[in-house]
Amino acid sequence: MRGPVSGPVSGHAARLVVEQPGALTVVEDLGRPGHAALGVPESGALDPGALRLANRLVGNDEDAAGLETTLGGLVLRAEGPLVLAATGAPVTLVVEGPDGCRKHGTGAAVHVPDGATVRVEPPRAGLRSWVAVRGGLVPALVLGSASTDLLSGLGAPLAEGDVVPVGSTPARPVPALDQAPLPTPTDGVLVLRAVPGPRDDWFTREARESLTRDWTVDSRSNRVGVRLEGEPLRRRRRHEDQELPSEGTIAGSVQVAANGLPVLFLRDHPVTGGYPVVATVVTEDLPQAAQAVPGQQLRFRYVRGPQLPCET
Amino acid sequence: MRWLPCGDAAALVEVDDLDTVLRLHAAVEAAAPDGVVDLVPAARTLLVRCTDQRALERAAAVVADLELPDHAVPTGEEVTIPVHYDGEDLDDVAAHLGCDTEEVVRRHLATTWRVAFTGFAPGFGYLVDDAGGRPLEVPRRDESRTRVPAGAVALAGEFTGVYPRESPGGWQLIGRTDEAMWDVDRDPAALLAPGTRVLFEEAR
Repeated sequence: MRGPVSGPVSGHAARLVVEQPGALTVVEDLGRPGHAALGVPESGALDPGALRLANRLVGNDEDAAGLETTLGGLVLRAEGPLVLAATGAPVTLVVEGPDGCRKHGTGAAVHVPDGATVRVEPPRAGLRSWVAVRGGLVPALVLGSASTDLLSGLGAPLAEGDVVPVGSTPARPVPALDQAPLPTPTDGVLVLRAVPGPRDDWFTREARESLTRDWTVDSRSNRVGVRLEGEPLRRRRRHEDQELPSEGTIAGSVQVAANGLPVLFLRDHPVTGGYPVVATVVTEDLPQAAQAVPGQQLRFRYVRGPQLPCET
Repeated sequence: MRWLPCGDAAALVEVDDLDTVLRLHAAVEAAAPDGVVDLVPAARTLLVRCTDQRALERAAAVVADLELPDHAVPTGEEVTIPVHYDGEDLDDVAAHLGCDTEEVVRRHLATTWRVAFTGFAPGFGYLVDDAGGRPLEVPRRDESRTRVPAGAVALAGEFTGVYPRESPGGWQLIGRTDEAMWDVDRDPAALLAPGTRVLFEEAR
């Protein structure tokens, strides 16, 4: 499939050259909602608010494409002078150029001279950071979005030597702001609010209650979902061997696979699934799930769901 | 019609059968309530995902009052897909249906299929018998495969389908095709859309 990176580019003011991609770096914007019926998930930045803020900090439109980088290690070289800003998990940006070496934090615009490199250090807490570049990244669009979708194979993670073109300078200036306040991801127990269902009735009461106790984030977690380790959830007897007809899932669905272990779907999730979803994390808490570090403890807190019509 | 919450901004509407799902989907699409982001029809449910909780509650009230049309998806284009019938599960499928493998292939070729809905992965269509029969009804495999190749032609429940790309999968494999189900450089990217009629032919 087509990668996020265009071929030889002309007419762009500046470009980013990937010297080292780190553990995982992908191009993301706010995703491609509206295509789920085709089997294409929403995808996009796992913390849309963080990408929006990073864009505002460099004077971009909020929906411009940026980078989502996991666990640091990303090294970029600027071809042409650039302004960028990082948000999300707190990282140090080390800019090395002809004028020497400077360190910057998240939440502020950083000027990078032509030819300088920017290294993203591993986060002090959390997992993922977002980097916006003034002008926005302008990779190829698929179904109206630049987002890399690892499940569907739309776009691909950045690799060493990739060149990402930067768009033309926006009319809006870089805001005069020293430092935007950013929440720091917890390194303690991550507590996520969840609405029971849609298939909570498939599970025993003990199984449903076990979600409110601590689970361990599995290292095989990715943009598709956060896998959890713990005591498998048991189904009620009448659902033990029942096959669930495939049904739609969303980012936030806590699906319980055949082995009884829950997977919290993130934005590259499969749009339908044949395993029951026991609970669903509320929209507002999902960005926190994107910061769940392998080995960290995570639990759910049940909250009331929306008012829905009675059976008709 | 049963409403099942999916978090704060989405819900599944569960109905009795696939035909009702498709009629409901058509009715909701036509009504186009404000704030609906995605509609995902599946075997017994329609997922309604909205921008936020308020939009969902308002949309749900609209959907609950809808009159369903008598017929669902209008029949669309016709596509013919060449298949090599050499799937690993042909023998198991034949044993389950109590026939030989030639009969499995014969029924797959003789049926005019229709895309009921799409999903699972980009380009995947859930195909049902256009005449309303169930010529090849088999359960999913007990254990799903971690790797099903792109182009695999498979059966599960009342459906047949073609895996658009290599992925894990629990359906029974009966053959394979070289036809691309999903190609982002093609417009439309998906070969199969809801309503498309599909005929299979023996590949040479």
